[in-house]
Amino acid sequence: MNNIRWTIDMEISRQRQGEERHFEVFRLEVDPNEYVLDAIERVWAFHDRSLTFRHACHHSTCGACAMLVNGVEKLTCITPIRTVTADGGKIRVEPLRNFPVLSDLVVDMSSLYSNMEKTNFSQVAPLDQSYLPYEEKPEADEVERLVDCIECGMCISACPGAATSASYLGPAVLAAAHHVYLETGASCLLDLVDSKDGVWRCHSAYECSEVCPSNVDPAWRIMDLRKRIIHQRVSSWFTRKERA
Amino acid sequence: MATHEPTRADNSRSRVRVELGERSYDIRFYHDEPDALACDLAPYCPERALIVSNPTIWNLHGEALASALTRAGVDFIVELIGDGEEFKTLAHDLALRGFPVIVLERGDIASGTSGRTHGLLHSGSRYCVTDGEAAVECIQENIILRRIAAQCIEFNEGFFVALDEEDLNYAPQFVEGCRAAGIPVHPLTPQQALSVEPNLNPNLLAAYRVPDGAFDPLRLALSFAATAKRNGAVFLTYHEVKGLILRAGGVAGVIALNRHRGQEVRLEADLVVNATGAWAGIIAAMANIHVPVVPTPGVMVAYNRRLINRVVNRLNTPGDGDILIPQRRMVVIGTTSFETPDIDYIPVDENQVEEMWRKAVELVPAVANAEQRGAYMSARPLIGSGEAGRSLSRTFKSYAHRQNDGVSGFITITGGKATTCRLMAEKAADMVCEQLGISAVCRTAELPLDSYRTYYQSMDGDAIE
Repeated sequence: MNNIRWTIDMEISRQRQGEERHFEVFRLEVDPNEYVLDAIERVWAFHDRSLTFRHACHHSTCGACAMLVNGVEKLTCITPIRTVTADGGKIRVEPLRNFPVLSDLVVDMSSLYSNMEKTNFSQVAPLDQSYLPYEEKPEADEVERLVDCIECGMCISACPGAATSASYLGPAVLAAAHHVYLETGASCLLDLVDSKDGVWRCHSAYECSEVCPSNVDPAWRIMDLRKRIIHQRVSSWFTRKERA
Repeated sequence: MATHEPTRADNSRSRVRVELGERSYDIRFYHDEPDALACDLAPYCPERALIVSNPTIWNLHGEALASALTRAGVDFIVELIGDGEEFKTLAHDLALRGFPVIVLERGDIASGTSGRTHGLLHSGSRYCVTDGEAAVECIQENIILRRIAAQCIEFNEGFFVALDEEDLNYAPQFVEGCRAAGIPVHPLTPQQALSVEPNLNPNLLAAYRVPDGAFDPLRLALSFAATAKRNGAVFLTYHEVKGLILRAGGVAGVIALNRHRGQEVRLEADLVVNATGAWAGIIAAMANIHVPVVPTPGVMVAYNRRLINRVVNRLNTPGDGDILIPQRRMVVIGTTSFETPDIDYIPVDENQVEEMWRKAVELVPAVANAEQRGAYMSARPLIGSGEAGRSLSRTFKSYAHRQNDGVSGFITITGGKATTCRLMAEKAADMVCEQLGISAVCRTAELPLDSYRTYYQSMDGDAIE
């Protein structure tokens, strides 16, 4: 057991409804192996009970605690303090971008959840996939599977395209549509994403795949959706339509 | 629609609820006057009345009512709903029973113990030797949750594995305990177990298969909340209860802080249900009531590889680090058991984390090659009776404070496990009905829950930006 203690400053975005946003600094003594969410919870418990933040499972299965940590999207429950600062350093914590802020670090996730529902994507492994593949050894290139998406919203926060339109479906939703389309072939899913607020809003920045804590690759899925949409359009030019 | 049930307060009369459009009317009648009731009902039933009752009540009064309705010219059909066997769950149950419900959460949904559970859908076999009551509750609810909350559950199984002679000696009472509780249990040879779970400790001596599973804690809570919301319940998240409104020897509501706005709100209520788990003692103390809840935290540690597909339990009496669960791309080991005075912040003890690692490696040696992904702590709300945490029952208890403490308008439900959340809600809702003198049938065991995502579809939208 190590007894290393660091002193760090937690610089936390604060905002009540009806008030201006500002930052407050809380000095903490921490074990660097603790997680950022532990430090946030300790600020709430021992420094300021008015601090609001989302959290639930504390081990990356629910996606509730995604925030900006030093300007980068992180799932705070699995982000060790030692990976984002040093002894005597600072951790700046802000709410996710591209979501309405409810207060402090809490954002309104309703658009993400509502749009995910439209894709009919089953986020928990269905019965026939319940026995998921074993992962005995860490692989350099891990298998990507959408069932690992925890709907944390980090991909939308990191997406430059999402900053340009509040009605953009966003990477997680497009990836879900892609997954279900591959499974079912339902063309209504292509209709859902074939719009300026669908796949064509994407600027190919690939930030979504970069920040995903679950190894999902929405960027690839969006590109593949575009390919399939174009293929469908081109095919339709050479397909005689049935007369009514 | 008319609901025909007797009031609990006075068995000489019955209450008939008549629902017309968005309104409902309660009509009470004395049992010797069914004809008068039928005449009263007739003008409201131009086409056909639907009478909802449970079999017991219908057997007592149905014949007289049916004859009277026929004499009054009322066309009707009868629907009998069988007598079937925490807070989102309770809201769901009460909303289904027609109660207007307001739920207050200090944080977001599942930000307390229910979000930080191990995620084990218990078959009950963990408790079948030491806590038969909890074992029976678990297997019954396991079956119900598979039916109503399939969207949140990985339908794995569980193995109980023996790694030494002591484990083997436990096997006969384990098998007997499972059978007594009604839990299906199948013996496997070590070779059979290893053939489907190759990462198990190769030195295992025996294995038993049971119907365990793994659930997503947040999404299970959201799906109950979503369904409750659709049935009219109002969820006020980020509202911290600061006090109870005490009036005339009872509780008449709560004083809460809207944490988004920093504003105090007062909410009057016919009944306040304290379903705050490990915090139940703190809320009850606001009404000067003692509830013997013992917050008993335990640590859980997640590793970054999915090394098993089934829940792996140590075949022995419940102890520390005896359950390893597959969750998404992880395995999660748990848990420990100790008592703490401050449940708002329970630090993760590094010694316990190391102990969990050792226990996990015993069950599945490949955990040694995985990396820690998370470590967390949550406080079980066990019902206290002066014993150590491990020996306290995992069952639950509801307290009618009017009868127990002379404080009306206030009940507490605590204890239990995530697996038994629906049953806890059913019992608490029964107590609500009893306290308010209303009879309404629980339907939560039959109706599948709404998609968890729909919880967010009717947000109040009071965002800043």
